[in-house]
Amino acid sequence: MSSSPTPRRRPRSASLTANPVATVALVVVALVAIAVALAPVLSPYGSNEQDLAHIFEGPSAAHWLGTDSLGRDVLSRLLWGGQPTLLGVLAAVVAFVVAGVVLGVLAGTIGGWVDALVSAVADILMSLPGVVLILAILAIFNQDLAPAMIALGLLGSGSLVRVVRAAVLAVRSELFVSAAIVSGLRPGRIMARHILPTVVSPVIIQASLFAGAALAVQSGLGFLSLGVHPPEPTWGGMVGEAAANLAKAPWLLTVSGGIITLVSLGFALIGDGLRDADAARRRGGEVAAPRTVAAPAAPAAATAAAADAASPGATGAVLEVRDLVIAFGGRPPREVVRGVSFEVRAGEVLGLVGESGSGKTVTTLAALGLLPPGAAVTSGRIVLAGADVTGADDAAFRGIRGRRVGLISQEPMVALDPLFTVGSQLGDVLRHATDLDRRQRRARALELLAQVHLPEPAAVLRKYPHELSGGMAQRVAIALALAGDPELLVADEPTTALDVTVQAGILDLLRELQAARGLAVLFVTHDLAVVADICDRVVVMENGEIVESGSVDELFARPREAYTRELLASTPNLVSTT
Amino acid sequence: MLRLILRRVALSVPLLLVVTAVTFVLQSLIPGDPARSLLGPSATPEQYEALRQALHLDQPVLVQYRDYLLGVLHGDLGRSIFTGEDVAGTLAVRLPVSLSLIIGGTVLALLVGVALGVMSATRGRALARFVDVFSLVGGALPNFWVGLVLAAIFAVALGVLPATGYVPFEFSPALWAQSLVLPVIALSLSGIATIAKVVRDGVQGAMAQDFMRTLRAAGVPRRVLIWKHALRNSSVSLVTVVGVIFVASLSGTILVENVFVLPGIGSLAVTATARQDIPVIQGIALAFTIVTIVVNLLVDISYALLNPKVRVS
Repeated sequence: MSSSPTPRRRPRSASLTANPVATVALVVVALVAIAVALAPVLSPYGSNEQDLAHIFEGPSAAHWLGTDSLGRDVLSRLLWGGQPTLLGVLAAVVAFVVAGVVLGVLAGTIGGWVDALVSAVADILMSLPGVVLILAILAIFNQDLAPAMIALGLLGSGSLVRVVRAAVLAVRSELFVSAAIVSGLRPGRIMARHILPTVVSPVIIQASLFAGAALAVQSGLGFLSLGVHPPEPTWGGMVGEAAANLAKAPWLLTVSGGIITLVSLGFALIGDGLRDADAARRRGGEVAAPRTVAAPAAPAAATAAAADAASPGATGAVLEVRDLVIAFGGRPPREVVRGVSFEVRAGEVLGLVGESGSGKTVTTLAALGLLPPGAAVTSGRIVLAGADVTGADDAAFRGIRGRRVGLISQEPMVALDPLFTVGSQLGDVLRHATDLDRRQRRARALELLAQVHLPEPAAVLRKYPHELSGGMAQRVAIALALAGDPELLVADEPTTALDVTVQAGILDLLRELQAARGLAVLFVTHDLAVVADICDRVVVMENGEIVESGSVDELFARPREAYTRELLASTPNLVSTT
Repeated sequence: MLRLILRRVALSVPLLLVVTAVTFVLQSLIPGDPARSLLGPSATPEQYEALRQALHLDQPVLVQYRDYLLGVLHGDLGRSIFTGEDVAGTLAVRLPVSLSLIIGGTVLALLVGVALGVMSATRGRALARFVDVFSLVGGALPNFWVGLVLAAIFAVALGVLPATGYVPFEFSPALWAQSLVLPVIALSLSGIATIAKVVRDGVQGAMAQDFMRTLRAAGVPRRVLIWKHALRNSSVSLVTVVGVIFVASLSGTILVENVFVLPGIGSLAVTATARQDIPVIQGIALAFTIVTIVVNLLVDISYALLNPKVRVS
């Protein structure tokens, strides 16, 4: 393992500077903390210095943030009041970190009953109603703030214990730590050199987020005049004072609430920023991929093209694709399909063949209006079931998807919603892709399942996807695709993810359904044996372009393109299956 | 599933013991006792001893704790040092106020949070950005401060809603609802922010799943995909966060009840703390712990109900 013992240290600071919001938040919180610490030097007046001649004044040169009901300088009280407030937060955070790290590291390194005990303690801590217990502690300790804030830290540490424990377990399983153990390094040294550095980052994140919670509790206690006694200022206490004078000086509420919100927001942003940076680093340190979305398919071009066509679908094709160009967003946009044209005629099976990455799946998704976010049709035309659907939205596809065209995709096990029964999903599709009433829908669902040769259709209706095998799930997916009795079926590698024996069954089923219903099928595959088996015509794609097309017999007998010959050559058992 | 529930119940026993023991242990550790602080410095030793006996402080801590636990098992949470009122009875009177507030706040957070989350997941980047900012700010704003601002606007400036006070439901449902509007909003704000974010992430994640393509291609409209399938697929994280929000509202209600002068358990907790009325605050801690345990149990059970793989077996 070539990684140095502390590979994670440097990138953290680097990634924080890469996150300007978190950096600004850190600077703001630090400035506030420094100003509060320097209150004796900085504050222009004493915290309780009254000037009854100047009460409820707005901001002025003498009183930058105005004065309160007793003519006390608000800025000075904010600075002084920050001391018990932030000290309370600090006490809570220190207790939080110490308890969390000690317990988490113990649980993670020793394991066994210690781990079980610590995990139970963490569970208990996380299910306690914290603030009420803080109040109880305040009552017992006669309103002494320090034990209450330390207790707050301890009560909150359950989540940190879990995070640290998980981090320690993760690093223990890494090779360089095992190597260190084997090579006889002392446990203490392993801890200091290898384990502690890796928990630093999650601890800082958690501590920062917890600091926000501690500030909320601390200022809440101040607001309730618990822990610190008026007239000594706290930020929360100042909110309380402002509340008493709400009608006379709403300004005071803005100042006191503002400082709490500002610092609390700061803690949250620091925590979030670090967490994002951490997550980015875990993904391999790369900057998040640009998420620029290309402009949705140039509608001008599309409508112009539509106007050109006297009547779309005049060729008698169920699906007609002309000069299709599809690009993925980003600068510059990356064209993944360039100038592709083909058509699927009624009742024919067209194979769309190519290696993965050749653009065949993206092409079919575009035909159904199902391009993933970031991809868009930039020029060309798609006519589906007589309607121009180039770059159309979901509304335009109403009445087309389900009723005129169905889709089967590659992975049957993820093609069904795991949280709904087969019957529920088939019912959903039938409700929208047919005009049947409730009773008819159930009969139709049973009929469909029987047509795809699933035994005991009534039992299958009640099953969840995880109770189905891959082959059964693909049959259900086919039933879903055919529920609205479409004339075109788009099958995107429908057998690739299945066992060989199951593949044959699904192909037989598709061939049978195609013949029985006179379906047009667009069959996307990289497997020429399957093409030879089921297709009438073939279109071969390479790198987003069509390199060759023709009838299956022709193409297999006399492949013109080198690419096609290569494909054929890479399918050794083709001769025997043809 | 049964194991899950049993584990929760098993954990709740030490939990309740810890919560009740904390006060006894701490009391025995620190110098001075409630009798001393109640009587003040001018009390005679006779008065002091009499009060100590009345409060059973002359007994060993373990005996006190045992007696307390025995009482709890019979529904007796002791008496307030200050008013002499029965703690269990006081809690029972005040519970409806706090529960109205907490349930109202959680329901509001759920409704608004889900709506906001779903919209931001499906209606483009501007709204998603808004939810990001809102959830940050909503989490940072102290709820008592939000309550005060709401009171300043709607009660003081506009005069459309009461700033303080509570009207029992039996007395007038309309006034009851009015008295709860502002406190419920103040209490629910951070919950709205949290739920909006959880739902947004959940719905976005679900919409990117392969099965969404299957259903879309088969003609199921987007609205059904979002409100039925995406929401259902986010339900586990939603239930988790609702449980967390409900428990957090127990703490939140302490402040909100004080802002709006509502006679619930939260304001009782503050009074009891200020007066060092240990039996009362202990009773509240126990009651809140039990509520927390029940909520967590319900969350665990709903995990099992929401997951078909668990439900079947």
